Amino acid sequence: MNNIAALQDGKAVGDRMSRVDGRLKVTGGAKYSAEYELPGLVHSALVGSTIAKGRITSIDTKAAERAPGVLAVITHLNSPKVPGFAAKSNPDEPPAIGQPLRVFHDEKIYFNDQPVAIVVADTLERARHAARLVKVQYVAEQHQTNFEANKSKGFLPTQAKRNPKSAQNDYTRGQADGYQAAPVKLEAEYVHESEMHNPMELQSIIAHWEAADQLTVYDKVQAVKGTQRAFAKDWGLPEQNVKVIATFVGGAFGNGLHNWPHETAAIIAAKVTGKPVKLMLTREQMFTMVGYRPKTWQRIQMGATKDGKLVGITHESVGQTSTYEEFTESTVQQTRMMYAAPNVSTRYRILGLDVSTPIWMRGPGEATGAFALESAIDEMAHLVGLDPLEFRLRNYTDSDPEKNKPWSTKYLKECFQAGAERIGWSKRQLQPGQLREGDWLIGYGMGVGTFGANRGTAKARAALLADGSVLLQSATTDIGPGTGTAMVQIASDALGLPTDKIRFELGNSLFPQAPSQGGSSTVNTVGSAVNDACLALKKKLQELGGAAFANVQPEQLTLSGGQLGLKANGGPRMSFADLRKANNGQDVEVTTESKPSGDARQNYSMYSFSVHFAEVRVHAMTGEVRVTKMVSCADAGTIVNQKTAGSQMIGGAIGGIGMALHEGAVMDDRFGRYVTKDLADYHVPVHADAPPVEVYFVNKPDPLVDALGTKGIGEIAIIGVAPAITNAIFNATGKRIRELPVTPDKVLLA
Amino acid sequence: MEHETPPAGCPGHDEARRTFLKQSSLLTALALAPGAVVRAAETEFDEKVAAAFEKVSLKLDVNGVKHKLSVEPRTTLLDLLREQLHLTGTKKGCDYGQCGACTVHVDGKRVNSCLTLAVMQDGKKITTIEGLAEGDKLHPMQEAFIKHDGFQCGYCTPGQIMSAVACIREGHADSEGEIKEYMSGNICRCGAYPNIVAAIQEVKNGGQKV
Repeated sequence: MNNIAALQDGKAVGDRMSRVDGRLKVTGGAKYSAEYELPGLVHSALVGSTIAKGRITSIDTKAAERAPGVLAVITHLNSPKVPGFAAKSNPDEPPAIGQPLRVFHDEKIYFNDQPVAIVVADTLERARHAARLVKVQYVAEQHQTNFEANKSKGFLPTQAKRNPKSAQNDYTRGQADGYQAAPVKLEAEYVHESEMHNPMELQSIIAHWEAADQLTVYDKVQAVKGTQRAFAKDWGLPEQNVKVIATFVGGAFGNGLHNWPHETAAIIAAKVTGKPVKLMLTREQMFTMVGYRPKTWQRIQMGATKDGKLVGITHESVGQTSTYEEFTESTVQQTRMMYAAPNVSTRYRILGLDVSTPIWMRGPGEATGAFALESAIDEMAHLVGLDPLEFRLRNYTDSDPEKNKPWSTKYLKECFQAGAERIGWSKRQLQPGQLREGDWLIGYGMGVGTFGANRGTAKARAALLADGSVLLQSATTDIGPGTGTAMVQIASDALGLPTDKIRFELGNSLFPQAPSQGGSSTVNTVGSAVNDACLALKKKLQELGGAAFANVQPEQLTLSGGQLGLKANGGPRMSFADLRKANNGQDVEVTTESKPSGDARQNYSMYSFSVHFAEVRVHAMTGEVRVTKMVSCADAGTIVNQKTAGSQMIGGAIGGIGMALHEGAVMDDRFGRYVTKDLADYHVPVHADAPPVEVYFVNKPDPLVDALGTKGIGEIAIIGVAPAITNAIFNATGKRIRELPVTPDKVLLA
Repeated sequence: MEHETPPAGCPGHDEARRTFLKQSSLLTALALAPGAVVRAAETEFDEKVAAAFEKVSLKLDVNGVKHKLSVEPRTTLLDLLREQLHLTGTKKGCDYGQCGACTVHVDGKRVNSCLTLAVMQDGKKITTIEGLAEGDKLHPMQEAFIKHDGFQCGYCTPGQIMSAVACIREGHADSEGEIKEYMSGNICRCGAYPNIVAAIQEVKNGGQKV
């Protein structure tokens, strides 16, 4: 993070500004979903099924109903029917085929710990106690939760069958399975267990029917507008009758991109009791009903010439989903565009098991796919006797070989160079197992990441208030990257107003339309909308300023010093007070919509790129792996805030360490239930696991993605990290471990 | 139920025990009572009985404010803070002492408030994240977290800060390695760890009183 000097002088964009909500977060003042005080608020607890497949035959709720403080016990037997559940179409956001679980709809059980009852009581303790008194009888059917045993039943997703243009269809460039003709060939299978997002904030909701047809939810979601639409459709209400608040979201990593059964359970409970109902999941429930990165099997077959030119790659994948929704992700797609191989085939399948539905987890399918692709690249480099960095350079592509289009920008080579210098790549030995300090074997590895520089459509409102400050609003969310901070910086430059005179509000469905915070696209999408709203505000102020400003371009205008004027010295000036007067004493306000340019999207391929370098130490006797240093380099376009963007990269690297070494759900197939159900059984990286992470940004704008030149950071921060670590383990030990997480037993037995 | 300050050397349990015994005999009497009382219980009389007898009185000093409370014995300190005192700065992340989000100071020592029953803290001095700053003046650790961006989503942050302050007070912040070891009970899923360690080191090396 030492290229600040290259940034625009005196501008807010590029500044290492501290977070606008930092003070609230360090004082306990930031309110998350479960933390709103509403009059008459009551508490609730869920009862989950103890079988993975079958049906409920009876529920005895008498004891629970008679327990002190209990207001209601709701099951499928007495639940009010959710009008939208009758409809077959999916009222939810993800492009999954199927029907999200209809909670308390009928007696059917689709996965273990499926909510079968909700107990509402005046206190949390009483709700939790009474939930234990609910007795449920089932008829169990034979469930299928074993991935390996069922892998051959993987199928092409329905969306691909229906739509020949779907990216989930099989793909071939050149000869199908053309790798076979190459003189040097490899075939390898890669597997990782399901991983749970496990944000620190438990999934929480307060549901409040403010009137019979007016629903307000304080909900931990990544899309307030999407959630508003989903619940409006469920309950047959006009969208404006549903209000969704998510001002602060305590991490999500993707699991707030879907609406889950517990949310509707709380809404039903609020309907039945006529009171605001709070539901906070337990940590165990975070493993069973709010999504996960699906267990995935992959096979790579790769062929190259002896001098290290790729001839072909075939990449196949089977990812887990539930029996009631077809979850898909882009596991194999980067294999089509990352390297200059003339022959590429990809085949993506999904496998429905008696489990809950997965959802995108940071990096999503690309992080999964990069583990296989970047491992295989490392394996092939080793086979042909080349340094893996050199091997990647020999197969580097300056245009998109999948779409036959130029890249909008691609500065991956600069990332390679910067990263190699910073990790000390020259210390890496070509042959594994050469570096040792005492019992510790030392190795170096790298992995490349890429993710689409996506941009959606969003609206923003900008208003000049009486106190001379500007208020901006858009219905995006902030799950942690620092959205509000970035928006204030963008607005500051657009308006010529200091950052402390600008406020950005988000996380409320009353604000102008914005998409979910996901897919690394918030700054591209909402940042563009904020930029445009600020320019429109200046234009409106210019109009109010009258004749004096008639011949001025809005770009030349600034709001500095409490007045509208020119950036250059001299020229017309008008105070905010006079501008308000000209606006009949009202706040001067605009709302604008911003869309990506169709032409640029048509003619260019737009991606962010990253490369991660890892130094690891592997204990020769115990198989313990320690990541001792990481360098993460990103070509992510303009960096709006070096501090918060750097933190995102560091967080992605540490998340990738979890993926590589710690995280994996263990299913007990006898019961179809996870054995790992808390943070003692399911390991995530802690302080002691986190090495120093050095971050480098190319920080060159991509003006084709958006006017700000941003490309997106969140996903590429983790994509490619896991293979960088497993490749470093190979370099340290000569052991190739193709199954994540790499726990010490796997190192010892390899 | 009035709760008097227990005599020195007696941690306050004797009186509670006496109360419990009194309650128990009453409940036994209720259990033995025939007909009318049982029917009364079915018409929610039992709840009134429970409400009157199941609670224990408790005195706490929370962030310098003295509270005289009546709580169920099963209520954790965390749930008392969040749900009854509305001090939601202390976060719930697991309820098992595995994540550290609920870290508070009890008589100056860091404690996982989810693993602590409220009734065990009778007469103790509790400090939560809301009580760390002095008025508008942030605690040096809060300032350092902002400066070093020691958080993203902010949910683990109160626990990290309370733990970090205690880590220095305990004398467990002499090196990066030591800080990482003694902060490992506080999970940050956003992965702000290196920034948190930098913040702690700055406060430690700055020599400010924590």
